[in-house]
Amino acid sequence: MNNSRKIAIRTEPLYLLFTFLGGAALLFIVAPLMGMALKTSGAELVQTARDAEVQRSIFLTLWTSMVATAIMAAGAIPLAYLLARKEFPLKHLVTSLIDLPIVIPHSAAGIAILGFVAGDSVIGAAGKRMGIHFVGGAAGIMAAMAFVSLPFLINAARDGFHAVPERLEKAALGLGATPARVFFTISVPLAWRAILSGLILMWARGLSEFGAVAVVAYHPIIAPVLIYERFGAFGLKYARPISVLFIGVCLIFFIAARLLSRRQYHASR
Amino acid sequence: MLHVENLSKRIGDFALHGINFDVPNGGYFVLLGASGAGKTVLLEMLAGIESCDDGRIRWNDEDITHARIQHRGFSLVYQDQALFPHLSVRANIAYGLRARGMRGHTTQNRFRALARETGVEALLDRMPETLSGGEAQRVALARALAVEPRCLLLDEPIAALDTHARGHMRALLRGLNRQGHTIIHVTHDYEEAISLATHVGVMERGTVVQTGTPEEIFHHPRSEFVARFIGIRNVYKGRLLAAEPEGTPKFTTGNRSFAVLTDASPGPGSLIVRSEDITVSLTRNDTSAQNTFRGIVKDIAPARLGVEVTVEIGVEATAWITNESLRRLQLRLGSEVWTSFKASAARFIEE
Repeated sequence: MNNSRKIAIRTEPLYLLFTFLGGAALLFIVAPLMGMALKTSGAELVQTARDAEVQRSIFLTLWTSMVATAIMAAGAIPLAYLLARKEFPLKHLVTSLIDLPIVIPHSAAGIAILGFVAGDSVIGAAGKRMGIHFVGGAAGIMAAMAFVSLPFLINAARDGFHAVPERLEKAALGLGATPARVFFTISVPLAWRAILSGLILMWARGLSEFGAVAVVAYHPIIAPVLIYERFGAFGLKYARPISVLFIGVCLIFFIAARLLSRRQYHASR
Repeated sequence: MLHVENLSKRIGDFALHGINFDVPNGGYFVLLGASGAGKTVLLEMLAGIESCDDGRIRWNDEDITHARIQHRGFSLVYQDQALFPHLSVRANIAYGLRARGMRGHTTQNRFRALARETGVEALLDRMPETLSGGEAQRVALARALAVEPRCLLLDEPIAALDTHARGHMRALLRGLNRQGHTIIHVTHDYEEAISLATHVGVMERGTVVQTGTPEEIFHHPRSEFVARFIGIRNVYKGRLLAAEPEGTPKFTTGNRSFAVLTDASPGPGSLIVRSEDITVSLTRNDTSAQNTFRGIVKDIAPARLGVEVTVEIGVEATAWITNESLRRLQLRLGSEVWTSFKASAARFIEE
């Protein structure tokens, strides 16, 4: 089977054309990144890594995106389960609403979030009373990150729950388990790979957010905003090392999370 | 006694309606029905997984129509077993025990006895994906039995198994029934009904159209659907005797004995002969058929094609013949005729 596929790709003109076109698309992703990495010297990277502002921004970006993902998962995973399993009024509307943050401009999303969490809003005022400052604070960064990245977790988890045969949940109910027990011992473990994949995607999307965060909380400064600021103030040469460093850190975390999710999947089988 | 009264439920375009049947304690009730007749939904309603729109379910004098699943004491085994793929066989079987908070020494002893009884002792540390169909079915059965149900609900438990595993599963189910377990078993296979049932119900388009003992159902189908669905009229309960040297094994039922070409072991069971395999003649013909008997025509009933002629030969034998043959032989009720069928046309089903 594999052999016949290899032969077909080598000899069939259509597949040769596809290989060429696909290669060009792949190059479009790889070339700018490689170019940027190659144009940055080791000395520049070390110097940037020692910059306290850069360290602070990368650390801030990492933890805010992780906490935003963790907090929103508490609501997103149950919602994904309801969407996968239950019929309810306006379900189609809910499904469409979930994808809204993906399609709207992120600066507009930032404006929406800002209005929602500003000091004169109900949420903003309530946050203030509890000592949480959204505008210009970590909470605001997390709100902006969560807003634009939530659809990735909900959609992945919904597909994951959908792929769990309903019969398994019924069988567990039939054995006397409560619905909560069925959810935690059958549905979640079986959809875990998709949920984990959704968590990683949501986190990665939050990590890379610029537009919405810049509107809600330009300071404290997160890495994508810092890159933009250095580019605006000092030009391409100064924005490049921090970009390479940030991408490198993201890749390390991203690959580690992927490996972890694969190991968990194999362990659960 | 399980008493099901006027049970109904609508799911989209499909509806179960007016379902009535009784199963005595310790009975083995087989629900026969084609695919899509609503058998699985009915089992899920009995188990409490699906709610019913109308009707009652009673166990002895207790109304359990709306009882919570945990309080019903019914356990359902799905056709595809529905084993939890991320849990070992041991964890699968223990799932219901843990869900009910059953722990301790007695539970562990019971777990071991159950594993032995269902023959899954050697499988306990395996994962479900490594099991054969027969093994998975035994594990599913053990998991259902672990919660000590008062009634076991089985959804096509034998259909997907190979011939060897079928025999084992039938023996296991028969053994459980003998121990006093009340069993409700749905299937589309009449052989399972003949082999296992003390009572049979036939389902058609969302309702139970006839209930009775296997003999009543097979000998006297109450509707054309039942007759056509079960397709077999000549079913006899009896015993297969050991063959004489160089002879053909004999099957006895009442005071009648038939020659049967089989390699099955002697013992109790049922004999089935298809109506189209029985010939009717006015004189005794010298053919190879070993089963030739004189009898009296008891009934002549039109079938979808031709007619069904029932002849009393010590037991009732129904032959399916053409209208042309009926006219030529001038058969009437009370006519004296000869019926014959070959030993190879008789099929023995072990109990």
